Amino acid sequence: MTIAAISFYLFAAALLVGGLFTVISRNPVHSVLWLILSFVSAAGLFVLLGAEFVAMLLIIVYVGAVAVLFLFVVMMLDVDFAELKAEMAKYMPLALLIGVILLMQFGIAFGNWQVADGAEAARRAVTPEGVKNTAALGLLLYDQYFILFQLAGLILLVAMVGAIVLTLRHREGVKRQDVLAQMYRDPAKAMELKDVRPGQGL
Amino acid sequence: MQADLNVILPEILLSVYAMAALLGAVYTGKDRLAPLLVWVTAALMALLAIWIGMGGSGTRTAFGGMINDDGFARFAKVTILLSAAAVLVLGQDYMERRDILRFEYPILVALSVVGMMVMVSAGDLMALYMGLELQSLALYVIASLRRDNLKSTEAGLKYFVLGALSSGLLLFGASLVYGFAGTTLFSGIIAAADGQTPLGLLIGLVLVISGLAFKISAVPFHMWTPDVYEGAPTPITAFFATAPKVAALGLFARVVHDAFGGVIADWQQVLAALSLLSMFLGAIAAIGQTNIKRLMAYSSIAHMGYALMGLAAGTAFGVQAMLVYVAIYVTMNVGTFAFILSMERDGQPVTDIRSLNLYSKAEPGRALAMLILLFSLAGVPPLLGFFGKLYVLRAAYEGGLAWLAVAGVVASVIGAFYYLRIVYYMYFGEEGSTLETGRSVVQWVFLMGSAAVMVVGIVNMFGVETMAQAAAATLVR
Repeated sequence: MTIAAISFYLFAAALLVGGLFTVISRNPVHSVLWLILSFVSAAGLFVLLGAEFVAMLLIIVYVGAVAVLFLFVVMMLDVDFAELKAEMAKYMPLALLIGVILLMQFGIAFGNWQVADGAEAARRAVTPEGVKNTAALGLLLYDQYFILFQLAGLILLVAMVGAIVLTLRHREGVKRQDVLAQMYRDPAKAMELKDVRPGQGL
Repeated sequence: MQADLNVILPEILLSVYAMAALLGAVYTGKDRLAPLLVWVTAALMALLAIWIGMGGSGTRTAFGGMINDDGFARFAKVTILLSAAAVLVLGQDYMERRDILRFEYPILVALSVVGMMVMVSAGDLMALYMGLELQSLALYVIASLRRDNLKSTEAGLKYFVLGALSSGLLLFGASLVYGFAGTTLFSGIIAAADGQTPLGLLIGLVLVISGLAFKISAVPFHMWTPDVYEGAPTPITAFFATAPKVAALGLFARVVHDAFGGVIADWQQVLAALSLLSMFLGAIAAIGQTNIKRLMAYSSIAHMGYALMGLAAGTAFGVQAMLVYVAIYVTMNVGTFAFILSMERDGQPVTDIRSLNLYSKAEPGRALAMLILLFSLAGVPPLLGFFGKLYVLRAAYEGGLAWLAVAGVVASVIGAFYYLRIVYYMYFGEEGSTLETGRSVVQWVFLMGSAAVMVVGIVNMFGVETMAQAAAATLVR
């Protein structure tokens, strides 16, 4: 077995185990850690495919940002996962049945997978010639798929506006710092000297 | 690039407007500007609709075939823009008085309309998905706009989770289709799938159809509809019942004809089954409803069943019937929701249909308009709704689906019961506390206008028939 084959099986096994334990582990924090393992293994698989840019993206974006955010959310939210899982157990037989049927259908479909004539050529036709992986992605994304890229930007804008609409609350009576007002404070107006007579107080 | 951008100029204008309005409102008046923004957005949409409707003929493609501008797209875009504009101005008064009119509302609606316009002109699986997500994401947010209300947030969350599931189905199906065809362009898929559907492609096709059926709430993917319609604020329910349905149906027609036009027999049976189930479930499940918003949800499920019947015929006439049907459906719904929005008692909105008891004595004019609309929704001749149904039934019959047409007639008779029950309450109900409906002039205008269209439209349908015919001819070649 070559090194590439060994690493493929290693990463693939780690991905499957990570995915499985993400779903079945009791502690939600452990779930997120298993999820990170599966992300890293998927990144390894991408490297083996020669898609090193996507692999790094997966690590930076998913592990570095998304999974860490998940971890915070899981720690901060007080969700009783055990109760949720008990609820889930009620529907488990039905879910398993549907899952098995779907699996069998996909087994039949993939067992007898057919590709249209010229599909391979069509798939290769979009890739720009003579440039490296990352540069090719850039050429596609900002040129051929320009409109999709812009639409994705609009979708993200909607997501941002939506998050603000649903969560931002303007609270009344909050005192905010006003730097200029602080700087322009005049000691003469802010302070008052009182002449306190002995034995009397104010 | 210049020519490409010209093709999507209306979309660009609307999104630039939305972004500019967002910036402007954030830095100036915030929610105080909301009523103004509602009217400006609606006016811009109406202008764009006129522009798209008047200008341009023939077929143009942009971005390597990812975006199409043809008669079909233009017909759908005009319907979407006009109905969205109508619903925006209809709900303004309602939302302002309930203090939920945020300035983001018209902006999110505008962005969602951009998504719908991309949907109906998509020529690529990726463009399809982008448009769909842009539309849906904005809808999820506005469904839970009344964020302090448990039902509204539940509606938003439910819609979001099920919408994500449907997007997952659609994407998985799209990946299978890509796996077979080697391209995501509809023109490439139709060339690859010419007359042959191996099992993998068939499963992909069925998954894509399932994802789309979620969006138009066809049975068995309808579960979210009643809860979302009930939970969302009424103006937003009105929006859900109109423009997104047109967009999703337009997209449906595009996918099955543009990408899978060579294998009609394969999707025809799926669509016929969806249509049959939707018509019957919509008609039967609505019988037990007393909340008018839930009732309209089931009514929309049934109506989507009829529209799908036209599409299931698999012919150009079928697409024409679908377009005519959906245009009539949107007009009826705008009028009906104008009435539902005006229903209140002591300043609180009322949604119970029993509150309409003897409404005709208090407001004979509005009651008559509502009677016409309900009869039209039920498909009673000689109103416009009847002609819509007649169209799709004829399309199904000519398309070789006579059994589906017969089932459609039966479902329509069953469905007539619950529309007529509302009429019964209005005219022969018991004495009870009265309903107030007379506050907004805009709502009155739309109610009366829509009812008038139902009567006058039977003369020549205002030319919609020929427009739909031209539109369908560009889609089905």
